[in-house]
Amino acid sequence: MTAVTTPVPDAQPTSALTGRPSGLTSRVRRDLVVGAVVVLVLAAVPFSAPPEIVNALSRILALALLAVSLDLLVGVAGLPSLGHAAPFGIGAYAAGITAKELTTVAPVQLLVAVLAGAGMSAAVGWLVVRSRGTYLLMLTLAVAELFHVLAGRWQDVTGGTNGLVGIPAITLWPGGDPVRLAGYRYWYVLAVAVVGFALVVVVSRSAFGRSLRGIRDNEVRMSSLGYSAFRLKYTVFVLAGAVAGAAGSLWAAQARFVSPTDLGFEVSALALLAVVIGGRGSLWGAVLGTALVFYVRDEIGPLLGGRGQLLLGLVFIAAVFLLPRGFAGLRLPRRRPAGASS
Amino acid sequence: MLITVIDGVALGVLLFTIALGLSLVFGVMDVLNLAHGVLFLGGTYVAVAVLGDGGGSIATLVLAALVALVAGALAGAGLSLVTRPISARGHLDQALLTLGIAFVGADLLSQAFGNEVRSVSPPAALASSVGIAGGSYPVYRLLVIVVGLLLAVAAWYVVERTRVGALVQATVADAPMVRALGVNTTRLVTGVFAAGAALAAFGGVLGAPIISASPGVDTRVLILGLVVVVIGGLGSVSGALVGALLIGQAETLGVSLLPTYASFLTFGTMALVLLLRPAGLLASGRTA
Amino acid sequence: MQPPPVLACTGVTRRFGRLAAVDDVTLSVQAGARHALIGPNGAGKSTFFNLLSGTLRPTSGRIEMRGEDVTRRSDAWRSRAGLAKTFQHSSLFLSLSVADNVAMAAQRLSGDGTRLFRRASRCPGVDDSVDRCLRQTGLTGRAYARVSDLSHGERRQLEVAVALATDPRLLLLDEPTAGMSAAESGAFAELVESLPHEVTVLLIEHDLDVVFRLATRISVLHLGRLLADGTAEDVRADEAVQQAYLGTGRTRELFLPAVQT
Repeated sequence: MTAVTTPVPDAQPTSALTGRPSGLTSRVRRDLVVGAVVVLVLAAVPFSAPPEIVNALSRILALALLAVSLDLLVGVAGLPSLGHAAPFGIGAYAAGITAKELTTVAPVQLLVAVLAGAGMSAAVGWLVVRSRGTYLLMLTLAVAELFHVLAGRWQDVTGGTNGLVGIPAITLWPGGDPVRLAGYRYWYVLAVAVVGFALVVVVSRSAFGRSLRGIRDNEVRMSSLGYSAFRLKYTVFVLAGAVAGAAGSLWAAQARFVSPTDLGFEVSALALLAVVIGGRGSLWGAVLGTALVFYVRDEIGPLLGGRGQLLLGLVFIAAVFLLPRGFAGLRLPRRRPAGASS
Repeated sequence: MLITVIDGVALGVLLFTIALGLSLVFGVMDVLNLAHGVLFLGGTYVAVAVLGDGGGSIATLVLAALVALVAGALAGAGLSLVTRPISARGHLDQALLTLGIAFVGADLLSQAFGNEVRSVSPPAALASSVGIAGGSYPVYRLLVIVVGLLLAVAAWYVVERTRVGALVQATVADAPMVRALGVNTTRLVTGVFAAGAALAAFGGVLGAPIISASPGVDTRVLILGLVVVVIGGLGSVSGALVGALLIGQAETLGVSLLPTYASFLTFGTMALVLLLRPAGLLASGRTA
Repeated sequence: MQPPPVLACTGVTRRFGRLAAVDDVTLSVQAGARHALIGPNGAGKSTFFNLLSGTLRPTSGRIEMRGEDVTRRSDAWRSRAGLAKTFQHSSLFLSLSVADNVAMAAQRLSGDGTRLFRRASRCPGVDDSVDRCLRQTGLTGRAYARVSDLSHGERRQLEVAVALATDPRLLLLDEPTAGMSAAESGAFAELVESLPHEVTVLLIEHDLDVVFRLATRISVLHLGRLLADGTAEDVRADEAVQQAYLGTGRTRELFLPAVQT
């Protein structure tokens, strides 16, 4: 492929990456304050909302973590994937099976799910990250479908098309009480999602994150600077798989049911839609995008008498034409230096 | 066993009708057309509407095929029209757009034809069976194989032996160069899109009596089509045919021999090809 | 005994189909040299550079860096071994800032570029290197501009800054002053003169003022072959060079783009 794709400008001003020292410190402080407020507000939800809302929010948080991990891949490193539901679903199955067969202790399930997501991505990534662009989209989609079909057929392990049923409620530590109340479960999901989100943000703002943006903008140049493009891409692919696996364990902990649809094409596509709607590379945008996409699917869709798919299709089309840079692009454009051409 | 192999060939030629369009559209304009499966599904519903389950005559089958070809070509031209304005924005936006269109198309089809499985009987004249290897085999499936192979030969001739085909191949290899030579790639792209879509819809009609029409068929054939493209290589007719026949065998043999692991045979084949020949068995021009 | 040359090519050939873009070139670049590679457009200079940097593989021949055979080594490997190249058509990270572009090179050198939890803004070594390279190339005031907002000349300067940030032993400059104003070209020549002696420079250049000001040695490439190789005086007086140009002795034409000759 000879064409160098037009780089998508970062949603966040990238100059902050190297940063004027004073500006950066205040930026980090601002982000921490905003983040803390958002987390506190989210943590207060169970005090004032009915369990259905709390459960819906738990599901959205799990999917938001999936979308954030996908954004690291797509928005930051420029590696589009249409198969990110695979590590998510495998993480969910791994957590569910661990819960049924081994232990109800949630952190153990989380660890197993992370390893499963990372392991699967490590195996798949070895083959697929050598390609890019459209071909990568196609490969990730095809490979993810393998796992989807497998989950439906491997009756003994996954429960087949009926799904994995009878997952016991999580406990937070060995010998602890099962967490049955929606509010407590929600707090666990929230805590893990926040840690996962913070991890992705830290990686995205690290020197490694800068290298990923280099891969996104100009992979050839990265090689000529002495980087192993394969290693960078492989690392981020596995990392995104690990975080998606963690998101899967949250999904299993919340729903206590895992089915092949959870690693199907639709989940991958919706996660990608969430990333695009939120604004590629803006990690908080992916969270908002998830909330919107799954609100449309799960809350508005059923009201339309089975026309949810039509609505989602229209959202896809509208997102592409109307929001090329997502929510993050809706902010007032930054002032460009005088005399600059764009 | 032989029956299974022949079934696999029949499935293979159907997959070929999907994969060729995917492969050429991808190769020529670097678009992953996720609406391609819906075009096939649309074709099967054309067969449902025209043939019904009463099994029409051969003439109605031909009519259905013509309707599907025209409708498919129009849909393909429309797709190329809507993806053009965002072609500068990159592969992800284009893929998402075609996916949105696929969702809308699939929803409209299920509104029009319902969510239940609609089976189609082949025309009465072709509904009989012939004896093969001690068993009996439906004549219609043999016809599908013959028509599919004829299509493959025709497509091969057009792409490999005509001037238009040479242009298509050159565009797959180096689109900017072809544009620089003053060739109107817009028309070429529209043509390829329309031809690929018509072929997929035609495949839908042809396959309707074998693969019944129902929601979900679109995704299934799309994904198998992608696997075929990965195996065969981009922009190559013979690659698409070889890949399609291979996957046709993998699917039918797998299901009859080890049903649980059938998809492993299919995707294992793909993984093996990726490992050994990343550009596909018969790639033309570039590697992605 | 003399140390091995920084770069030695033996019989390097690269064919595209039946065309030999680079044809049996044997050439060495001594440590500390300011070596210019000249010749009309289409002489094979850029192809030759791509063979040296490792983005193309020679059809035959051998390339050595400081005595080590690197013919089959990747561009990334050669970069890590101390080779840096600027691109004729700027090849930068368009959505990132100027400082980030240079940091990309510096953090590969420092090893920070593969560290997942090292904050990009907390790499003191990288920042120092960025400051130094931006100062050297006169881009300090533009550190936080986005590359897509830079002028053509500024992008050329940034190309050089990025290359310098890898702390190269051998610097390949592919038409660095193309599109620069006279003043910018002069500033660029000053920059090359200010580079420490340990940095060996091989440059493709059309601007003869720059070539004769900088070059300690000149090689002439014509139709893929090495026509002449020596000091500026040698090359000017070279019979083959003159004969190749119809014996007119107007060697200056050699240095102009082919379309104008």
